Amino acid sequence: MAQIQETIARLFPEAVITEGKMLEVEIADAQWHALAKELKENEALGFDFLVTIVGMDWTDKFGCVYYLTSTAHNEHISVKVTAPDREKPMLHSVADLWKIATIFEREVYDFFGIIFIGNPDMRRLFLSIDWDGYPLRKDYDESPEHNHFTTESERQSDFTTTYVENEDGTVEAKEVRVFEPNDFVVNIGPQHPATHGVLRFRTAVDGETVQKIDVYMGYIHRGIEKICEKLTYPQTLHFMDRLDYFSGHPYHHCLCMTIEEAAGIEISRRAQVIRVLMDELSRIASHCLFIGTYCMDLGATTMLFYTLRVREQILDIMEKTCGARMTFNYECIGGVMQDLAPDFVDDVKALLAVIPKNIKEYNKVFTGNVIAKNRMEGVGVLSREDAINWSVTGPSGRASGWACDVRKTDPYSIYGELDFEEVVRTEGDAMARFKVRLDEMTQSARIIEQLIDNIPEGEYCVKVPKVLKLPVGHWFRTVEGCRGTFGIYLESDGNTKPYRLKIAPPCLPAAAVVDHLTRGSKIADLITIGGSLDYIVPDMDR
Amino acid sequence: MEVTTKSMPYEAWKDNEYIEKMVSELQEAGVNVVVGTFDKLINWGRSNSIWPLTFATSCCGIEFVSLGAARFDMARFGWEVARSSPRQADFMMVAGTIVTRMAPIVRRLYDQLAEPKYVIACGSCAVSGGPFKKSYHVVMGVDQIIPVDVYLPGCPPRPEAMIYSIMQLSRKMKVERFFGVVNRKEKQEEFLKAHPVEGVED
Amino acid sequence: MFNFSVLTNWIDNLLRSFMPEWLTVVTECVLIGLVLLLTYSVLALFYIYFERKICAAFQCRLGPNRVGPWGLLQSIADMFKMLIKELISLNHTDKFLFALAPYLVILASMLAFAVLPWGNGLQVLNFNIGIFFLLAVSSIGVLGILLAGWSSNNKFTLIGALRSGAQMVSYEISIGLSVLTMVAFAGTMNVVEIVEKQDHLWFIFSGHLPAIIAFVIYLIAGTAETNRGPFDLPEAESELTAGYHTEYSGIHFGFFYLAEYLNLFIVSGVATLLFLGGWMPLHFPGWDGFNAIMDYIPSVVWFIGKAVAVSFIIIWFKWTFPRLRIDQMLSLEWKYLMPFGLFNLILMAIIIVTNLYF
Repeated sequence: MAQIQETIARLFPEAVITEGKMLEVEIADAQWHALAKELKENEALGFDFLVTIVGMDWTDKFGCVYYLTSTAHNEHISVKVTAPDREKPMLHSVADLWKIATIFEREVYDFFGIIFIGNPDMRRLFLSIDWDGYPLRKDYDESPEHNHFTTESERQSDFTTTYVENEDGTVEAKEVRVFEPNDFVVNIGPQHPATHGVLRFRTAVDGETVQKIDVYMGYIHRGIEKICEKLTYPQTLHFMDRLDYFSGHPYHHCLCMTIEEAAGIEISRRAQVIRVLMDELSRIASHCLFIGTYCMDLGATTMLFYTLRVREQILDIMEKTCGARMTFNYECIGGVMQDLAPDFVDDVKALLAVIPKNIKEYNKVFTGNVIAKNRMEGVGVLSREDAINWSVTGPSGRASGWACDVRKTDPYSIYGELDFEEVVRTEGDAMARFKVRLDEMTQSARIIEQLIDNIPEGEYCVKVPKVLKLPVGHWFRTVEGCRGTFGIYLESDGNTKPYRLKIAPPCLPAAAVVDHLTRGSKIADLITIGGSLDYIVPDMDR
Repeated sequence: MEVTTKSMPYEAWKDNEYIEKMVSELQEAGVNVVVGTFDKLINWGRSNSIWPLTFATSCCGIEFVSLGAARFDMARFGWEVARSSPRQADFMMVAGTIVTRMAPIVRRLYDQLAEPKYVIACGSCAVSGGPFKKSYHVVMGVDQIIPVDVYLPGCPPRPEAMIYSIMQLSRKMKVERFFGVVNRKEKQEEFLKAHPVEGVED
Repeated sequence: MFNFSVLTNWIDNLLRSFMPEWLTVVTECVLIGLVLLLTYSVLALFYIYFERKICAAFQCRLGPNRVGPWGLLQSIADMFKMLIKELISLNHTDKFLFALAPYLVILASMLAFAVLPWGNGLQVLNFNIGIFFLLAVSSIGVLGILLAGWSSNNKFTLIGALRSGAQMVSYEISIGLSVLTMVAFAGTMNVVEIVEKQDHLWFIFSGHLPAIIAFVIYLIAGTAETNRGPFDLPEAESELTAGYHTEYSGIHFGFFYLAEYLNLFIVSGVATLLFLGGWMPLHFPGWDGFNAIMDYIPSVVWFIGKAVAVSFIIIWFKWTFPRLRIDQMLSLEWKYLMPFGLFNLILMAIIIVTNLYF
């Protein structure tokens, strides 16, 4: 860490560097692009993974916090850049360095209206083209009369805007075509069986070959980040279930850990073990459903019923303890809501007994099938560099040979003491992504096996003040969700409500990379690739 | 008249007053014997063959998948023929939050459904906005866009609740008149007149 | 074995006894048409129920069991529903072709349906090019599908129709080749004669290796012809919503739906006819007692039973295999099935010339 600090201080003497849990750099916008280039391309630094961009409104000025990770050195850094002009906030884009920044910057533009100079595609991401105002600004008018919903179809445009800086420093807007006038554009989604929810692809096709895909999101954008700013800390928790509804437990875990870290709450060992058990159980359930729906997308409907069998068994276990089948709201600040159900241990053991048998059956029915092999092998190959560049984490990233499991790189909770393997494959195709998930089920079962017999006694929830106030400051935490690295950025101004709660979902990069992967392949491959990336639309839209 | 479905005692239903009121309204108008018998036959067919549209926006959609799976098996009732094309579906289960950007699409899907068509607002989001009541981008209840026949609360509702809601819908179909004088079409037309869309004739 | 021509001749004579010649012909045509239509719809409804039950069994479910005993009336309820559904008329489409397409599809399958030999002496048409006629009329169906896709003015239906066109035209060749192989073996194109030639042993046994190869090729190509999984690309649900019939509602969609199941029956019926002895009971040379017992089962039961058994295999495919991609599907046909079919035809010719069959 010291060496990184030294290098940055030497090259950029104006940068303000503070040392905390991770290095925090503050720099002026004029030098930001040069620093970003240095951070990414200097081998001693090597910050090639852009975790997220947090847009911020500090009431007097706008800005962004960039969270970067170096995959080679496993170092983290955050860079804070502020836009000087509140009337027309502008920052320099880093889309030329990290490809995923194109999408992240669009998100910030959509919520805060910060224009990124040099981003090739400055459209709104979640909200419709005619939406008035930028909702996450503190002075946004939220009354329903403003931006009332309509049943008239949304305006379409084949153009996008990009902002270019001239040599004299002035910024100019330029219109760029997304689709040529004679492209055959097929609209897939938002109501389409294969988009896993309400995602929309405008697809330019030539016969059966996909030429270009323009991804439209926001058909389930519920504004969770903004609602959280109006709720107290315990109240914000339940939204985590409704983001990625398959990995509600890990997401809860992340937010609870962030708040506990901020408030300085130590939780009991028992609560930690229960949390990890629930995380891994939901990982198995989630991967089960992935396998089922993915096979259904490929036309093998019957597999869905075989995988849902295991999922139902897990949901039964969850229901006995948490009281719900999907939206559990189980982890709370200080531990977990209730103690484990009396027959939890027996049920989990019964589950562990059937998992290997089922995985064997899945392999027999589907993985070995010649049609399935032909459909998946060599389709949508994502190289390791591209996976990092597009921030595709989780099983999809690991299928490309990138060991990005947060449980291994930055062990949280009790993961450091557990014995399990990180499943990494190198092929990077749809088949690899499928197999990684299949193997991860075995690894999760291994973790559960280690814990189930020694759940320590103790209190499941420590005492937490009724009115929880966090000190002034900001915190950023990541966990391994079922679909990849999930991050929470929390900024507090000392009140009972968060000043800003930013959710960094793993599914947003997964959807953004679809265009890159599908160019030149068939329409059917679009389904194979989209399915294998396993994105959940409410997670990316928030 | 006791309206019920197979293996479901009349007393087990929750809102019999509603259906009784509906029946008495229908009987007031009266209908001749031939048409009435014909109606009965058709309504038997309609109420036993309810094909859903595959439409889901969020969590409730996953419970809908569970509903189709082996444990809850909606195929028993003949509901498993989920059509992806709205032209061929009978009802639309609005499963999940409907946001401002989605509203025109939901309305369009509804307009694309072939008559007779029904809507179940599934989950608290579709009923009233649910946990996202304070949001700037959520439609507070899908009944502001399309006419709703059955409201199904829950976040998400359990598959058993979904079965119950579709059975309620089936019961509703059973008492309606297809050829007769009074049917739900009038209410639907009223609604559509009050919520017009440019370029669409109802 | 009971010969149904006794019954049909009796009806014919009865009608002639009190009607003039022309009226008899008209009445008989109407009667035959009615019986065909009735069988057609009853079979289609049965098939829909059958597939739903089978698929449920594969998926550890129960399948329809509420409407009528064991859910038997489920597809009848579906039919009533379908009949009263609204027929949506679309703007900016070719209305005539749009309405014509489902009728073409159902017409093609009905014509093919008419040629099948149902039992001993129970066929509508008995003419010397029966099997050729069957192949010819069943390819009209693709025209209906192409029209449906094109006239709907929708990009999904268009892609579905083009896929279907490419698929049907390609797999027609394999079907033709394997039918040709069997026709060469039988030495006739007359459907009745083909069946009668199998009275001592079914072709799949007597023609041994080439007949079995032809049967396998026919089964694969036949599955593709009916647009069923794993060849259901034209209506691939996860890719093209509902493929070429996305825009059809009500009974027009019902026609496509019925035709799909009836084509399944026709394909299995033709397989029965060519390979499994048509309505002929299972006979083994030398086993006289066994053969006599088999003769007690009526011929119609034999035919329908065998056809349903073949359909079961095709349904089994659908609920087991994932879907192929368009290029894989075409290369399967042009690179593997067609050369194999040609080779098999030559093999069959050698076997016929050298008298190596049973």
